[in-house]
Parts: sequence; C-alpha cells; structure tokens
Amino acid sequence: MNILLSLIIFLPIIGVLLLSIINKNNEKLIKLVGFFATLPSLILLLLLVGKTYMEGAVSSFQEKINWIQIGNFSNGSEIFYEINYELGIDGLSLAMMTLTAILSTVASLISWHISKEWRGYYQLFLLLVTGMLGLFAAENFILFFLFFEITLITTFFLIGKWGNFAKEKAAYQFLIYNGLGSLILLIVIVTLFARTGTSNFDSLQFLLNVNEENVLINEITTFGKWALLIALIVALGIKLPIVPFHSWMVHVHKEAHPAVVMIHSGILLKIGAYGLIRVGMGIFPNEWKSASLAIGILGVINILYGAFLALQQKNLRTVWAYSSVSHMGFVLVGLAVLNEAGVQGAIFQTVSHGFISAFLFMLVSIFYNTYKTTELQELGGTAAKTPILSGLLLIGGLSALGLPGTSGFISEFTVILGALNEYIVLGILAAIALVFTAAYTLRAVLMITYGEQSAIVSGIDQTVNGSKRSQLRGFEWLSSIVFLLFIIALGVYPDLLTDVISDTVAKTIIGLGG
Amino acid sequence: MDMETLLSFNWSIFLPEFLILGIATLLALFDLFLPEKVRRVHLGWLAALGTVLAIIVLCFQFTIPATSILNDTIYVDSFSRAFKLLILVGGLFILILATASEHQDGMERHVGEYYYLLLSALLGGMIVASSGDLITLFIGLELMSISSYVLVGLKKYNVSSTEAAMKYLINGSIATAIYLFGFSYLYGLSGTTNLKEMGTILFNYTTEGDLYFLIFTLGFIVVGLSFKMATVPFHLWVPDVYEGAPTIVTGFLSVISKTVGFVFFIRLMYGIFSRIPTEGNENLLIYAQVFLLGLAIFTMLFGNLMALRQRNIKRMFAYSSIAHAGYLLAGFATYSQLSLDTVWFYLLTYLFMNIGAFAIIYWLTEKEQSADIKHFAGLYRRAPFLAISMSIFLLGLAGIPFTSGFIAKLKVIMSALMVSEAQVLLVVMVIVASVISYVYYFGVMIQLYFRPEASPEKVKVSFPFLTVIAICVVATIWFGIMPNSASDLIYHTFNGFHDFLK
Repeated sequence: MNILLSLIIFLPIIGVLLLSIINKNNEKLIKLVGFFATLPSLILLLLLVGKTYMEGAVSSFQEKINWIQIGNFSNGSEIFYEINYELGIDGLSLAMMTLTAILSTVASLISWHISKEWRGYYQLFLLLVTGMLGLFAAENFILFFLFFEITLITTFFLIGKWGNFAKEKAAYQFLIYNGLGSLILLIVIVTLFARTGTSNFDSLQFLLNVNEENVLINEITTFGKWALLIALIVALGIKLPIVPFHSWMVHVHKEAHPAVVMIHSGILLKIGAYGLIRVGMGIFPNEWKSASLAIGILGVINILYGAFLALQQKNLRTVWAYSSVSHMGFVLVGLAVLNEAGVQGAIFQTVSHGFISAFLFMLVSIFYNTYKTTELQELGGTAAKTPILSGLLLIGGLSALGLPGTSGFISEFTVILGALNEYIVLGILAAIALVFTAAYTLRAVLMITYGEQSAIVSGIDQTVNGSKRSQLRGFEWLSSIVFLLFIIALGVYPDLLTDVISDTVAKTIIGLGG
Repeated sequence: MDMETLLSFNWSIFLPEFLILGIATLLALFDLFLPEKVRRVHLGWLAALGTVLAIIVLCFQFTIPATSILNDTIYVDSFSRAFKLLILVGGLFILILATASEHQDGMERHVGEYYYLLLSALLGGMIVASSGDLITLFIGLELMSISSYVLVGLKKYNVSSTEAAMKYLINGSIATAIYLFGFSYLYGLSGTTNLKEMGTILFNYTTEGDLYFLIFTLGFIVVGLSFKMATVPFHLWVPDVYEGAPTIVTGFLSVISKTVGFVFFIRLMYGIFSRIPTEGNENLLIYAQVFLLGLAIFTMLFGNLMALRQRNIKRMFAYSSIAHAGYLLAGFATYSQLSLDTVWFYLLTYLFMNIGAFAIIYWLTEKEQSADIKHFAGLYRRAPFLAISMSIFLLGLAGIPFTSGFIAKLKVIMSALMVSEAQVLLVVMVIVASVISYVYYFGVMIQLYFRPEASPEKVKVSFPFLTVIAICVVATIWFGIMPNSASDLIYHTFNGFHDFLK
C-alpha cells in the first residue's frame, strides 16, 4: 500500500495534535512546533521533485480506498454511487503542492509576528496546509471539494481572528463569496457525479468526451455541459478572482494578517487556476475551446482593470491585491489561447506569482512591523532608514513587473507569445498592459523607497537598548533568501518548472484536440 | 373479536411500544404513591433505562419481516423500525437531558409529569411510525401532541412558557382539525381507514370527479401536517413556542416532533397518494410534486432569511429548524430512489446536531436567564469544550464537509439531480439557502471565538450533559466521515424500505 501522498497531506495534522497538548501560553514552543510541523511534508515533496528530475517523469503514487457508497441497496437496484478516497499526482499537482509546502513553511516563520493566541493560530494554519495539499493531490472531484472546504473554514477563522481593524467584515465577505463559489462548485460536482456515477477526473474526462451510447447514467446535453462550464467558471472565478467577483479579495488582502495573506494570495487564489486547468479544460475541452475567446477577453479585462486600479491605490496592500488581480488575468489569457505556450505560461504564471506575491506580502509584513502602517504616503522615504528592506521591496517589485531574469518575465513572456499566435489583439493588449504593470509597481516602490520622508518614517527609532536595530530578523532573512532563490532560479533556468509540468501541458493540449 | 384471535397476533413486534407504555404507567404510579421525600429525579433515570431497553429490543427486531397485528391497524415494516430507532434514540437523549437539568418556575413541582409526559409523547411517535391505519395514525399523533402541549407549558410561573403552551395548543388544534377534515374525504371516498386497503380501492376506483376531492384532500393534509413538520404554510408558531418552552422541550419539539411529522407525512404520501392514478399514467403524488417542491423552497428560504435577524438563540434555532424542514421536504419531494434514505439520514444527523446544540443552549440560557446570543461571547475561553462542540454542531447544520450535515445535504442534492428530470432550480435554491444560513451560523461562531467574554467565570457542565454533548459531537463527525455505517442500515438491513406497506 502506497501511502506517501497521504503522509505528505496529513503530516501537518500531527502538529495540530501536538499543539493541543502544549500549554497555550508557551509562545516559543508553539511557534517552533508550528514551524517544524510544516517541514516533513516539504522535505518529502522536495525529494519527490528531485526524483522527478532524475527520472524525467512524474510518478503518480496513486492511492485508492473505497470510502462512501450511496444507494447500494442490497435488493439489487441499479443506482450505485461510489465516492473513493483517491489520491495521485501529475506535474501540475506536484508543482502546486511543492509551492504550497514552501510557502507554508515560510509563512509559518512569518507568522511569528502573530501577537496573540498562537496555539489556535497554528492549529488552524496547519489544518489549512493539510487542506491545500490534499486539494492538489485529490484525484476526484468530491475529495477536491472536501479539502477545498477545509481551506475555506480555516481561512475564515484566520482572517477573522488575527487581522486588522475590519477583519470580521473581511472574513464574512470571504466566507459568503467563497461559500457561494464553493456551493456552485458543489452543484457542478454533484451533477457530474449523479449523471456519470463517478467523480474521478480521468473517468469524467473519458466519459464526457466519448461519443458512445449509454455511457452515462443520465445524458448530459450540450446545453447542460455549457451550463456546467459556466457555473464552474463562475465558481472558480470567484476564487481566482475574475473581475466582477474580486472585491472580497481586496478586502482580505487589506485586513488579514500578512502571513495569512501570503498563503491566500500565494496559493488559495491559485486554486481557481488549478481548477480551471484540471476541470474546465480537462473535462469540458470542446466547450472550453468554443468559449476561449470570451475567457481570453475576461483575462485581458482582468489584466487592465487590475493594473488601472493598482495605479490609484494609496495602500501598499491594496496595490499588491490589485496587482494579483492583474496577474491572474495572464493566467486566464494563457488558458484561453489553447496552445502549448499559453497553457505552459499560465501554469508558470500560477507558480511564479505564488512566489512573488508571497514575497511581496512578506515584505508588507516586515514593513508593517517596522513602521506600523502600510499607507504609501506614510511610508515615504524608507530607503534612508531601512535600506535593505527597501532594496528587497525593489527586487520584489521588479520581479512582479516581469524584469528579465526573474520568473515573472518567463511566465508573462510565454503567455503573450502564446496569445500572439492565437488571438493577436489579446496578445497586444496584454503586452501593452505590461507597461501599466511597470507603472503601478514602480510608483508604489518608488513612493515608499525614495519618496518624501514622512513623519512616521523619520520618527522611527532605530536603536533598541542602545544598539542598532537590525532591519530584518534572522527568520526574515532566511525567508527572503528562499524567495529570491526561487524567483531568480525559475527566471534564469525555467526548465526547473517546465520539466515538471510538461506532462500536464501535453495532456491538456491532447485533450483539447491539438 | 374473540380471545383466540387476539392471542394469535404476534404481539412481540409491538414490544418496544409496550416497554415505553409500561415504564410510563409505572412512573405515573410511582409519582402518585411514592412519599414526597423520594427524589423524583430517579424516575427520570428509570425512564431513560426503559428507553434503552426499548432500543435494544427494537434492534433485535430489525430483520423480522414486515408484520401486522390487529387487522393491519398496526403495521411494522422496515420503514417503521428505521424511524422508530430515530425517535427512541432522540427520546433517550432528551430524557437524559431532562433528568439532568434543573427544574424552575413551577417545573420543580411536576418533575414526575415531565418524565412520563416525555415518554407518552415518545409512545405517540412510535405508534405513528408503526401504524397502518388512519385511526391509529391519528391517535398516535394526538397522543404526542397533547403530551407536548403540556410539556411546553411546564414552567407554570413563567409567562412566556404559558403563552407558548397556549399558542401551541390553539395552533395545534387548528392543524389537527384541518388534516382530520382531509381524512374525512379519504374515508368518504374509500369507505375504509386502512391505508393498504384504501390505496387499493383508490387505485382501482378513482374517477375523474373524485380526483378533485383528492387534490383538495392532499392540500388539507399537507397544510395540517406542515404544523408538525414545521414547514410553510403552518410554521409561524415555531419561533414563539420554541422560545417559550423549556429548552429541553424545545429540543424535543425540534427533533422528535419533526421526525414524527415526516413519518406521518411519508406514510400518507407513499401509502395513499402515490397510488391514486391521474391522467397520463401518473399519480397524484407526481402531480403534486411541483407544489411540494415549491413549499420546500419557500420553507428553506423563509427559515434562513428570518434567522438572519435573530438575537435570541432559541428563536434563531427555531427558524433554522424551519429551514431544515425545508431541506427535508425537498429531499422527500424529489421522489428519487434515494428519497427515503435521504430523509432518514437527514433526520438522523439532524437529531445529533440539534440535540447537542440544545444541550449547550440550555446550559447557557439557564445560567444567564436569557437566550440572547451575546452570552455566547468568548465562550471559547470560558469553556473550550462547549465552544468547540457548539461549532461542530453549527458547522454540521451549515452543511460543511467532514460533518454529517454535509453528507445529508449532499444526499438531498444527489437525490434531486439523479432523476432524469433534474430539479436544478431546487438545487440552486438549496445552495442559496445554505449560503444565507452561513451568515447566522458563523455569526454564532464569531461570538464564540472572536468576541471578548463578559465574565471570566468558567462554565462547568454536569456529567450527563457532557456525555450527551460528547456523543453528539462524535456522531456528527463520525457520520460525516463514515456515512456508510448509518446508510448501510438502510441499504442492507432494511433493504431500502422495500416492504413499505406491502
């Protein structure tokens, strides 16, 4: 019995259990346990990645246990639905899981800034990690949904308890929007399940795209497929977010604790992209092809809208929030263009933006801890006081705007390349949008670094107990180095990622019939 | 009927009912004749013991084939056993809670009554579950109703309790009159009160003219029974009565009363109305589907929308109970192969979640003498176990995965989508209602975890309460992760209710 994936997913739970027997006031120990509990999964995943490089292909490590049966009447009725516990990975899953594990470990370090109720925080945090890892490894739609809901509930509490002033409102907004999204997803899932009798991704892909009679329990009409795809895009579009559904996400980025936002913006938003690739393109390839132009247009709207709004923001957090909206637009465009470059670019963007946005929000966290504000005006002129921190912000900003040599460049370049082949107008618009990206990023970074020095910045006391206070603490250094390493490594040597995801890209393209 | 035929009946299948009846009688006698100084609490434990015995006996009878006694008036099939199990398990928890709770506002003088009225209400519910005749159905339901009228008003010196009892009595009587009026048509058209016979007669001899009467009848019966099920259109009594009644009795009303209402309803619908032919090879039940689904949708939307604005936790749970009745009715009205399984499983999970929640609500409302939601503030620091249990119940009621509530809701949705004419609108409405319900269920959780506590005093809970809450928590999670352990009872032991009134 192969239990490697289950181990990876559920090892953080051991941390949850350990934490529950630790005294809740033992701050140091709780933080250490919280950090170390994320490590085993990370190590196992890195080993898996290493194995993949050595062998040149992803081993899927499938697991399958019969779990829930619905309707297996012993009087031999025809209906019989089975939900299995089945896990398995391909390149995309492995990439997303590794991203998750890396960001979780770093976020658990940054979470040391948390000032109260450490035990509850880390318990929820580790549960969230389990949810995210499980979601990417799930081989069937219902299991995917179950893990998805774990992330929903834990994130609700993480936002609502440890955030800023308006955290409860932000948490509520998060809950309602995402609850609605996840329940729409549930309709899609159950419809597919009730009609086909399976919820396994591969079986669904096979059953729905094979034109034979009596394959399904009940037929799904073309109209039905369209309705399902649109529902799916709405459900996952709330998560991604696609533009009319983005307001909750901006609030969350503004109010939640930066460590939570790291995870949120780095991974949780990417669930939308992951779902679109896995389900949207995987299960409804024909409809996706017909809808591709519309999706591409949505993507371009996302890019431009996010960029324009990011230009006008007064708070560093909302700048990065709208920047996320804009960057997720590239994912949509990449998925819409239906060629290899597009899909590869979209996945690359998903992973790369995971690192970059997490890095940016880590910096937000450090800025906030140093200056107690994230308003651009109030942060003016930090270069004089905290040159290293400001330098890091500049690097983060540059990778966000897609400077060659960073991972952001590769992904956006590939997407635009793919788009120019297919929908030339979209490609041009996306390329033009890069100018705006540069504009809002540099505006924010320069306002902070070289702007007029504000009272708050000049008033900050740099000496603690007589000695000069360091700008970054040890774990912050470590986290920054990890992020920079990945951002630059992927930028200089993109094969690190493309080798891993090549199987998913190939499979998706074949599924699309190209 | 002579002695010989009387003795020839297989009375043993009625043993669980006899046990409850015996214990109730015994309790009444003890209460009357035991000296004052004997504490009546012991009677409560005796009642609980009797219920446990009845459950054990019932479990041994699971595999006996469907049997009828007394000329088919009592008809015990797998449907009746499955639902009796729910009624008895719920009753056991309620009895334990009732025995372990404190009695105030006049209740302290009628402790004995409290227990044996609960038992007689249970007995009524069980009779409904094992009835094959309109008369026994009616008697069973009335036995339960009349017992619960008294139970609601047990707090004699409490104005709102008395008011609730009054409202409950008047509304209940109207409801009874309404469905009884419906019965009169059924009797008039078929000339019998026996369900099986009536089904056959109506199946064979319904003319087009009768059909209009029968549609009216269906309307009357749905309206009358919606009182017990707490669905639209007879639902407005719910918040007032739930608020005024002693909290444990509220738990009883919200779980057992509702279960019995659904049992009664399903018996009539599947037993009679599904056999009445209409044009085009359909039956009256299918004809009424749109109507029932509409009621279900209204019920869940109404319940959830009204619950949004409640500050009183008992009223909030009253509206939540209405909303859940809507989901249940939806699960039934889809008429898929999974419908009965869905209703049973939903009621099972609802039983644990709601009784657990009411046990916690009792503890707080009794302590603070008010049911305002603010007393939940900071409970996490005052009583972590209670807070975590309460959140598990709330997550379950909201239908979050890894609780049994999710599986129950999944079954409702499955059952709506698996039939070829999928009820997409219904599913969308279930989803909308669920999202609305997130707002108030999570609102309570915000109180539990995010708000500062009013007093740092720890909340101590007595052992019986703790046990019941713990069992409910375990069951809520267990059936969320391993729903097979419950569903297999339906699929295998009860064989999908294949012997329903056959």
